[in-house]
Amino acid sequence: MKIHIRNGRLIDPASKTDKALDLFIAAGKVVAVGSAPAGFEASSVLDASGCIVCPGLVDLAARLREPGFEYKATLESEMAAAAAGGVTRLACPPDTDPVLDEPGLVEMLTHRARLPEFAHVHPVGALTTQLEGKELTEMAELSEAGCIAFGQANRAIVDTQVLLRAMMYAATFDFPVWLQAQDPFLARKGVAHDGEVAARLGLAGIPVAAETIALATILHLARETGARVHVTRISSAAGVEMIVAARAAGIAVTCDVAIHHLHLCEMDIGFFNANARLDPPLRSQRDRDALRAGLASGAINAVCSDHTPVDDDGKQRPFEEAEVGATGLELLLPLTLKWAQEMKLPLVTALARVTSDPARILGVRAGSLAIGAAADICVFDPLAEFAVTRENLRSQGKNTPFIGYEFPGRVRYTLIDGHLAFDGTLS
Amino acid sequence: MPIATQLPDAEALCVALAEAMRPHVDPAATALVGIHTGGVWVAERLHAALGLKIPPGSINVSFYRDDFSQRGLPANAKTSQIPFDVEGAHIVIVDDVLYTGRTIRAAMNELFDYGRPARIDLAVLTDRGGRELPIAPSFCPHSLSLPAAQILALERAEDGGLSFRLIDK
Amino acid sequence: MSEFGKPQSPQLNSHGELQHLLTIEGLPRDVLTRILDTAAPFSEVAEREVKKVPLLRGKSVFNLFFENSTRTRTTFEIAAKRLSADVINLNISTSSANKGETLLDTADNLAAMQADMFVVRHASSGAPYLIAQHLAATGRDHIHVVNAGDGRHAHPTQGLLDMYTIRHYKADFTQLTIAIVGDVLHSRVARSQIHALTTLGVPEVRVIAPKTLLPTGVERLGVRVFHDMREGLRGVDVVMMLRLQNERMQGALLPSSQEYFKSYGLTPEKLALAKPDAIVMHPGPMNRGVEIDSAVADGGQAVILPQVTFGIAVRMAVMAMLAGNS
Repeated sequence: MKIHIRNGRLIDPASKTDKALDLFIAAGKVVAVGSAPAGFEASSVLDASGCIVCPGLVDLAARLREPGFEYKATLESEMAAAAAGGVTRLACPPDTDPVLDEPGLVEMLTHRARLPEFAHVHPVGALTTQLEGKELTEMAELSEAGCIAFGQANRAIVDTQVLLRAMMYAATFDFPVWLQAQDPFLARKGVAHDGEVAARLGLAGIPVAAETIALATILHLARETGARVHVTRISSAAGVEMIVAARAAGIAVTCDVAIHHLHLCEMDIGFFNANARLDPPLRSQRDRDALRAGLASGAINAVCSDHTPVDDDGKQRPFEEAEVGATGLELLLPLTLKWAQEMKLPLVTALARVTSDPARILGVRAGSLAIGAAADICVFDPLAEFAVTRENLRSQGKNTPFIGYEFPGRVRYTLIDGHLAFDGTLS
Repeated sequence: MPIATQLPDAEALCVALAEAMRPHVDPAATALVGIHTGGVWVAERLHAALGLKIPPGSINVSFYRDDFSQRGLPANAKTSQIPFDVEGAHIVIVDDVLYTGRTIRAAMNELFDYGRPARIDLAVLTDRGGRELPIAPSFCPHSLSLPAAQILALERAEDGGLSFRLIDK
Repeated sequence: MSEFGKPQSPQLNSHGELQHLLTIEGLPRDVLTRILDTAAPFSEVAEREVKKVPLLRGKSVFNLFFENSTRTRTTFEIAAKRLSADVINLNISTSSANKGETLLDTADNLAAMQADMFVVRHASSGAPYLIAQHLAATGRDHIHVVNAGDGRHAHPTQGLLDMYTIRHYKADFTQLTIAIVGDVLHSRVARSQIHALTTLGVPEVRVIAPKTLLPTGVERLGVRVFHDMREGLRGVDVVMMLRLQNERMQGALLPSSQEYFKSYGLTPEKLALAKPDAIVMHPGPMNRGVEIDSAVADGGQAVILPQVTFGIAVRMAVMAMLAGNS
């Protein structure tokens, strides 16, 4: 299968390329950029007029809800959502049911996900069994089964001795440790940022200190153990400052932010909008502005969808009883473009945060259009509007605070290993 | 239908109404109840003219109107005040203008929630026709015919003088 | 404020009239004043031989209590019955909720029984909003929702009856200094009181509590914060006490009820720092010896029982106004 993508504007953040260039694909790999190699005869020509051609998006957090929560979403529905969103590679957190703490489960998941039109799936293995924060998992076995990192999803390890040992053990094998920074005691029963909106609506608050205290613990232990730590879903200005300071002090720590937190703040809870019930909570406007700036400067390394499909029964409840999370795979690209436009960032910088930068955190060779790279490609029209409606969303989760809005940035084609996984000209 | 109707003199009608009632009231036992707002003013005049002993009551029929579900609650609902024992009393309901009869029905219903009167009469300054219920005044010194598009309203000047005014809906 | 903005309040209809009563926050001053004005004639109904007016005759009012509160349910029941409504009481905490039926399932079922009004009490903040929004989304917005207390969020009829009480004893809101004392953090009553008082133009609303019982950023609701009760009570016209739940003694919010009483209990000696004609209010039920001394609760400045009486008239006014705005 030889594919010629023509008339597009090619943006490859890895090589800082932003130029009108055609792209040539053969046998699932990029074979040429600009002009066709000698003797190239395309079996398929994709028209990218008016479009940007970039590496497929790499999402550091997408819950596929398998195994265990198939009533919320299935691999098929969420993979269709990923392809429609231009996402060609994703990491999935271990908080499935059963938890991803056994090699067999991980193998089953990666095996199920091995279809040509499915994005590449990288499971994050559980750091402790059942995510209970008591006993270590068989990390080496899990790594062999396909886990690229070990984490706790959004369940904390309460016992700091266990946390220390888990990080030491992971560091032994140089396995990355992905941790969300939220102190479980300060966050107990909390459902919203401990600020003006929580005070007004009578919601139990989660103070910023829940993040900074947990982050301080993680950073100290990272220095102590030398573990490769990636902090997931940073939510506050103070948290970003701590990450920057830690790096300055020589701790090799990376972090990401969820796409919702770049655009929303506590005010968006409005009158108890359960779709704005997220973990970590939407914080103040000042925090949101710091996250936006931090991602632009690179203090925050990547932005992810934190895709969490929830069925209507889980959301049509009083705010504090509603399940947390928002659907995000199909919103990652348009909301990243919106952020870039508002921050007046060059697209090559903005797209790095969803392609080459997260690929580096995953530790995989991806997110680049270099010759010989896997042909994981996203072709999108930056001006065409994407209307966020229940009908348009392919994910089984229709839970998003952005429902009813329209954003520029619609995917035209998604290719995975040179296979056309999504064709937006058909819909 | 004549447009310009000669409006009656409200002050003169108050005097005429009092004279019509005088033979039929017992100053020691008859009680007046005025309907908010015009009826209360007329009841005050009658009370003085007839030299009644029992203080006049006032009634606000907002809570008893049959058009509540269409019109809702008025913004200026006043409190009903019945300063005497309704049980076994002779009561004269006083209003300014008798029209459909619905207000009078509401007033009677409300009075019965205070007790069971021995007798109720109805005194009005004028009857403008247009009855929708089988209700007739006991005392009424004047009548006229008005189109449904017009409202005949009693007004009180700052000096206390009463007069009628015609309002187009 | 985010560009995605604040949605339109679901409690006002397109004419700006009350469709539901969910919170006092955001209600215009004239709407509040009108409710208080309307309550006045209803208070007289209780003096009659027949304590009933026919405004809600043939209407069905469902008291949906997902959280037990005999006292509040009873006042709503009396108010609805004095308006001639048929009242159906449902204590759902002990029935369907345990069988897995969702809040909206319950609302749907009762709506199918031709309900005209839901009076909702729920332990979760925002539950009455969810019902009101669901009714609107399913084309049944002729059913009115009255919030009878949701989580820590709001208890608007309590706030209104408190305003009615203050207006009864103190003529002009714009001349008053008012202190709210106690567990503001967990109190839906306090939030409704604060919104009502600031909307009605009270120039100084104080809250008096230890830091553990105040929400973060409470001053942004328009109140002055005091931690010293003596200082906070100085010169006030109205003292509004809040109930301290017994469970607050757990979870490290307070050391003991004795120590709380010492610092924040209202005693005659502390009350003497307020204006001589200050009134003392309490939403009930009182914890004597915890937040209030019996000598104050039973004293000449307490207006706690009149609050209960006025509460029925205010709830009648609210229900009648809602039923009239169809």
